[in-house]
Amino acid sequence: MEAMFLSRWQFAITTVYHFLFVPVTLGLSVFVALLETCYVRTKKPEWKGACKKLVQFFGALFIINFSMGVVTGIVQEFHFGMNWSEYARFMGDIFGAPLALEALTAFFLESTMLGVWIFGWKRLSEKAHCVTIWLVAIASNLSAFWILVANSFMQHPVGYVLNNGRAEMQDFFALLTNHYVLGEYTHTFFAGWATAGFVVVAVSAWKVLHDEKSRNAFRQTLKSGALFMLIGLLCSAGTGHFHAQYLEQANPMKLAAMEALWEDENPAPFAVYANINEKTHKNDSELTIPGLFSFMVYNTPSGEVRGMNSLQADYEKQYGNGDYRPDVTGLFWSFRFMVGFAGLMMLLALATYLIAKKEDAYKHTTFLSALPWLLPIVYIVNSCGWYVAEAGRQPWIVVGLQKTADAVSPNLTGGDVWLTMIGFTVTYLILAIIALRLAFHFIRKNHVSYEGRN
Amino acid sequence: MELQIVWFILIAVLFTGFFFLEGFDYGVGGLLPFLSPDDKDRSQIIRTITPVWDGNEVWMITAGGALFASFPHVYSTMFATFYLALFLMLFALILRGVAFEFRGRRESLSWRHFWEGCIAFGSIVPAILWGVAVTDLIRGLPINEKMIYTGGFFDLLSIYSIVGGLAFLFVFLYHGASYLTIRLSDKSLIERARAMGLKMGRLAVIFFVLCMVLTATNTDLYHSALATIALIAAAAVFVAANVMLAKRNGKVSFILSSLAIVFTTVAFFAGLFPRIMVSSLNPAYSLTITNASSSPYTLSVMTVVACIFVPIVLIYQIWAYHLFRKRVTEQDAEEEY
Repeated sequence: MEAMFLSRWQFAITTVYHFLFVPVTLGLSVFVALLETCYVRTKKPEWKGACKKLVQFFGALFIINFSMGVVTGIVQEFHFGMNWSEYARFMGDIFGAPLALEALTAFFLESTMLGVWIFGWKRLSEKAHCVTIWLVAIASNLSAFWILVANSFMQHPVGYVLNNGRAEMQDFFALLTNHYVLGEYTHTFFAGWATAGFVVVAVSAWKVLHDEKSRNAFRQTLKSGALFMLIGLLCSAGTGHFHAQYLEQANPMKLAAMEALWEDENPAPFAVYANINEKTHKNDSELTIPGLFSFMVYNTPSGEVRGMNSLQADYEKQYGNGDYRPDVTGLFWSFRFMVGFAGLMMLLALATYLIAKKEDAYKHTTFLSALPWLLPIVYIVNSCGWYVAEAGRQPWIVVGLQKTADAVSPNLTGGDVWLTMIGFTVTYLILAIIALRLAFHFIRKNHVSYEGRN
Repeated sequence: MELQIVWFILIAVLFTGFFFLEGFDYGVGGLLPFLSPDDKDRSQIIRTITPVWDGNEVWMITAGGALFASFPHVYSTMFATFYLALFLMLFALILRGVAFEFRGRRESLSWRHFWEGCIAFGSIVPAILWGVAVTDLIRGLPINEKMIYTGGFFDLLSIYSIVGGLAFLFVFLYHGASYLTIRLSDKSLIERARAMGLKMGRLAVIFFVLCMVLTATNTDLYHSALATIALIAAAAVFVAANVMLAKRNGKVSFILSSLAIVFTTVAFFAGLFPRIMVSSLNPAYSLTITNASSSPYTLSVMTVVACIFVPIVLIYQIWAYHLFRKRVTEQDAEEEY
């Protein structure tokens, strides 16, 4: 029991940490590829030199981030067997395939091409060099697809058959076309744009304010970064909306928990605030907007949305005794933090874009100096999103098929996991501090001068 | 049934690729602090592997993923069995991975030395652990009828597995040294790599032969004719590699040490077949290609995928090596990126 509890904490700590770097890799690879395409295609000689330096500048930040993502990613691949061997046994046929495909189709391409990109400036033509960063970007985003195929099965199993107590794959294409992965993937893909966009915006804002020599060059990336971020935010909001609508069929318990809806209601109200009581299975007090939840789900202010209490009764009939409600309070507030902060970021991105269009953007000192301090918001939003996704499927590790409690490696002791959990946490903390300081040092020391206009 | 054999061979191929490729970059990493105290020299040594080490490491990740997909019971039992050993390996690989990236970003010598130490630690520890793991797998571990490991961390260590670990380490260090002799351009540095290679080669031969002897008493590897021939061939080829290095023929020496690693991996897998993890409690509890594999459907899907992508991967990895084929100069190592 102790090993299970600690293994969950260890997995949570290491995945959340891993996912600090992943969205930056996903989005920044595309951003750098776009920037290098500008460098290759531009006809303006004064811009070409500056643009190349900007590519290398953001490329260096990309590489620091990428190396952190790689080393923490290996931990995740090993974890499924190390701590969750009974899960890996039960799910191997289905879960192992996308993982192997991720390595075979994406990791090889990504790592080989990144090595070529970093060291190939003088060995390749401009165009060929630009192709390598595009391959890195495509491979990174392809790897996200495979791992989300695996994750989507855990949220919403499809294309399988139960045989000898194990889930066996029956239809590979059903796995790939799982409606769930469509929502998760598009949402994650654009979250990558939003995250990387914000990173570019925060760094550029600092450079515009504090580095007079580089001011003009970084005003360009301030503008393009803000646009990139805005596109990412709008599209992830859209895909998130459709995915939540789909949850009504695919995982109604998660949806009800996100909204702290205990009873079936028609039309269902949206709670802006709720004082959730998980013991009595109701909200002690709440502030609601009538019909809005139904409207969010059905695009019309009526229609029944299932509540947790009736779903719980259904699940008890189907799966036997047990509590099938996830952490309602955590889900409810994580979802609100995610949506609220995403809204705030949209305003920030829009304001940044409008300011960056002006020649005298650097005069907006208060706004620009606040941007780097606000960067952690996007990381909080990403983590909240994953909390909703992963805590929302508890008590299941694979919804309807295997419970988290049955998945842990039986040979582990609490002491084993204590040791590794502390080991990973301390190592990760120290590395985060070092990587951040290196990035700050790099940002301060490197200049990009550009005399041209736009 | 046939697909399970295909996948057994594919797993063996992936591990062969991993040991051959990452073998020399572990070797280069492990030798780094001992070849030269000079910062510029060390930059050149590191530069021989920086463009490629990450691609090499993906061979391990792919081997792990492929094991998960094709023999999920083996993946489950193996990773849970080696829990603390794998934690140590991950810790080492984490330090190593970031060290390549962090080292060059500061001028301070103490900063650089610290990360060079991490590269060495992160190369030596996994090299030993893979040797321990390989010998453990074939010697047998206390695995019960439910495929669950019943021992603790120290049951993974025996004289045989420690000798196996050291044999792996010294073979990789030798492999790395002979790689350096064909990748560096500085004459005195090449000479130092060669001298170090010969030293490591002697230690490697001793531990390799010791390991061969202990293999006879600890395992049934020699019951397989293929395994026996492959292991003897590996030893012979490895001795020949040493002779060629002594004669200053780095290229042939590197090819021969690569072959030695390939033959050793073949011997190991041939000795295991049709088992993948041997149980020391009861031969019937061993994990085999029949009782530990995934369903025929998954295997056939993965076979199609592997037939398409493994050749593609090989083509662009060879292209990348070809692109960086020139010997590393001081200018290369100073190049900013």
